[in-house]
This record gives sequence, C-alpha cells and structure tokens, in this order.
Amino acid sequence: MVDVTFSVNGKEHALSVNDNALLSETLRENLNLTGTHIGCDTSQCGSCTVHLDGKAVKACTVLTAQAAGSEVTTIEGIGEPGSLHPMQEAFNEHHALQCGFCTPGMIMAAIGLVNASESLDGDAVRKGLDGNFCRCTGYHNIVKAVLSAQRNM
Amino acid sequence: MYSFRYHKAGSTQEAQELHASSGEATYLAGGMTLIPTLKQRLANVDDVIDLAGIESLKGVMTSGTSIKVGGMARHNEVAADSTIEALVYLASGIGDPQVRNRGTLGGSIANNDPAADYPAAVLGLNGTVHTSDRTIPADEFFTGLFETALNDGEVVTAVEFPMPSRAAYVKFPNPASRYAVVGVMVSETNGNVRVAVTGAETCVFRVTAMEDALSADFSSGSISGISIDSSNFNSDIHASAEYRAHLVGVMAQRAVSQIS
Repeated sequence: MVDVTFSVNGKEHALSVNDNALLSETLRENLNLTGTHIGCDTSQCGSCTVHLDGKAVKACTVLTAQAAGSEVTTIEGIGEPGSLHPMQEAFNEHHALQCGFCTPGMIMAAIGLVNASESLDGDAVRKGLDGNFCRCTGYHNIVKAVLSAQRNM
Repeated sequence: MYSFRYHKAGSTQEAQELHASSGEATYLAGGMTLIPTLKQRLANVDDVIDLAGIESLKGVMTSGTSIKVGGMARHNEVAADSTIEALVYLASGIGDPQVRNRGTLGGSIANNDPAADYPAAVLGLNGTVHTSDRTIPADEFFTGLFETALNDGEVVTAVEFPMPSRAAYVKFPNPASRYAVVGVMVSETNGNVRVAVTGAETCVFRVTAMEDALSADFSSGSISGISIDSSNFNSDIHASAEYRAHLVGVMAQRAVSQIS
C-alpha cells in the first residue's frame, strides 16, 4: 500500500491505496466520485478525463500514487445544479449529448482545451478533442458547444 | 495489473539505487505506454520507479546553437516551445492532447516503439542523448525493435538537438492511434543532410540514398526516383510493406518541399 495525500475538487484527502491503483478507480471507488466514467479503460476513449494540476489527463492511465501532492479536478468540481460551468451550460444549450456517457470526459477535455488555447475555430476544437470519443452525437453539436463556451470562459 | 511496489525518486542517483536494489524494476516516466502495458499484464515487475519528482529532468532549455529537452519534458511542453518548428510539429502530433500532457521524450525514446515519432526526431536531427552515465550519439542509440543502447538502470536525462538550418517532419498517421504508419524527418544542419524514417521498419533508420541526393540538390525532385527496398518493412492490417515503402518516398518529398 502507498499513502497518497492530494486535493480533489479543492478538498484534501489522505488515502492508503494499492501501489497499482489507478486514479480512475480511486476517484470512483474510494471517493465515490462516479462522474468520472471508465469507458474503454485503455486510454483511448477519454471518458475518464480529469484535470491533474490543471491539465487534462486520462485517469485510467495515471496511477493514484502519481497524483500525490497534486490537485485533481473532476466533473463534480466544476459546477453544480443552478450554477453550471459555462461549458456545461453550452453542452445543455447546444444539445451536445445524447446518452451522456462520454460527456464528463468530453467537458473536462474541452475545458482543458479552451484553457490552453487563445482562440479556437471548429478545426482546432475537433483536433483538440481527438482523445475523446462520442458514439451518439456525431460531434457536430459538441463542436458548437465548445465554440460557444469559449466566449463565456 | 500484477502487483508491484511504487517508488518516487527524488534524484537520478536515487532512482538508479532503487533500480539496482530491485529484482525486476522499471522506470515510470509519463506512463503512456508503460501503464497500458502493465494493465494488459504484458509486463510483470517488482518495482516501478517514478521519475516525475526529479527536477533536473524537466523542462526545455534553448541556447544559440542547440535545444536541450529534458528526459521528463512532456510532449505539450515541447510543442509549446518555438525553437525548432519541425520538433514542435512532431510533438504536437503525438497521440492526443491528454497523452501529450503526460508523455515524455525520455520515455518515448527509451521505449523505442517502431511507430513512435520521437525516434525520428532524435535520429533525423542528429540529437545527442544524455544519460545518467554518459552521452550517446543518435546513430548509436536506437538498436532494434524496442531496443536501445541504454544499459539496465540507465536514465535518459535529456536530448540535445543541434539547431538545424532547415528541418521538416511529415507523417502519415494511423487514423485511430496517431502513431506513424510512416513518418519522415528531413533536416540540414551545418551542411549535413539527414533523412530518418519511423514506422516503416522494426526500428527508426536513415535513408542514405536520399541524404546523398539532397546533399547534391536539395529539392523534392532529386529524391522522387529513389526506390525504397521494402523487404524488411512492417506489414500489417494498417499498411503493407509495399505501401509503406511508397509512403516513405511521398512523406520525404513533402518534407523537402516544405523547406526548399
């Protein structure tokens, strides 16, 4: 076991986890933050995307031990009913989801993308969401939502 | 994943001491290859030694004549550096944004995946690999399929790239993974031309016939007729050996066209 102290959504946690525990597992099973979805579990689909020290990462491919001392932000940490994050508002507004499984990862990746970019056009959004799969929407409304949200962030 | 002990080294020396005292150990850089490999139980180690806490391995440093990329520099850090445009382009095309936020130069070249991009940068720009123990010229570093000149326990601390007078990288990416089906780095540094190819064979290699032709006449036309022997090329569901050989010519000509 390895002792890990880190901040998740602004709250400090001190946990003892298996050395080979994945951040995606720890968030869901130890901290009950089940908004971080595990889709492919092979670092391809992006559903498990969270922010590690402000940068989008795939939590299924980060050991919890690697996150020690870091700040983790999950979908639960960016907004709440009544005061959604601008990206969540835009996904709602533009109907950028259907089944919703990929949406937490898509939103965390999109926020990471907007934060890392000066301004984005449609091509840049598509390239920037390269690591996230949606099997329902065909991406058109996701791209519209991200382009819209960047004006309000 | 099989179970293992996780360690976080504070210095290169500490990492090497941990490695030496372990039965079967592996270094963990960004983890973008290692962690999936462990998850699939393709590797079974006693100890995983994380290099992310070693300050001296981080960052990108530029001098007038070279750029030194730390072994633990993330792909997105290299992509944000404007010194060598071909290197920026190469780094910004690896995997996807999340992978580029984690993956590192040192991890990529120590792994030496036959379809990875960075080996083409190190060989094609004639980089010098700095390790915990010595410096290794690019021509001696990549020795075969997932094989390098690194000794057991040796740590890649940085790669120093001389500033090229011109360089371009063009790749045909696998549409799903963005790994190179074929990627070609063409450069000219102090009058010396290099053409390095990744993705086509089991290990990155130079095309000396193209280098000679470009040295005489740096134009895409000068290499258009050069035939590429595909007898040792990779052949898989993504591309046949013959198709890869064709791509080497096309990617090389596109790279040359960008900079001539």
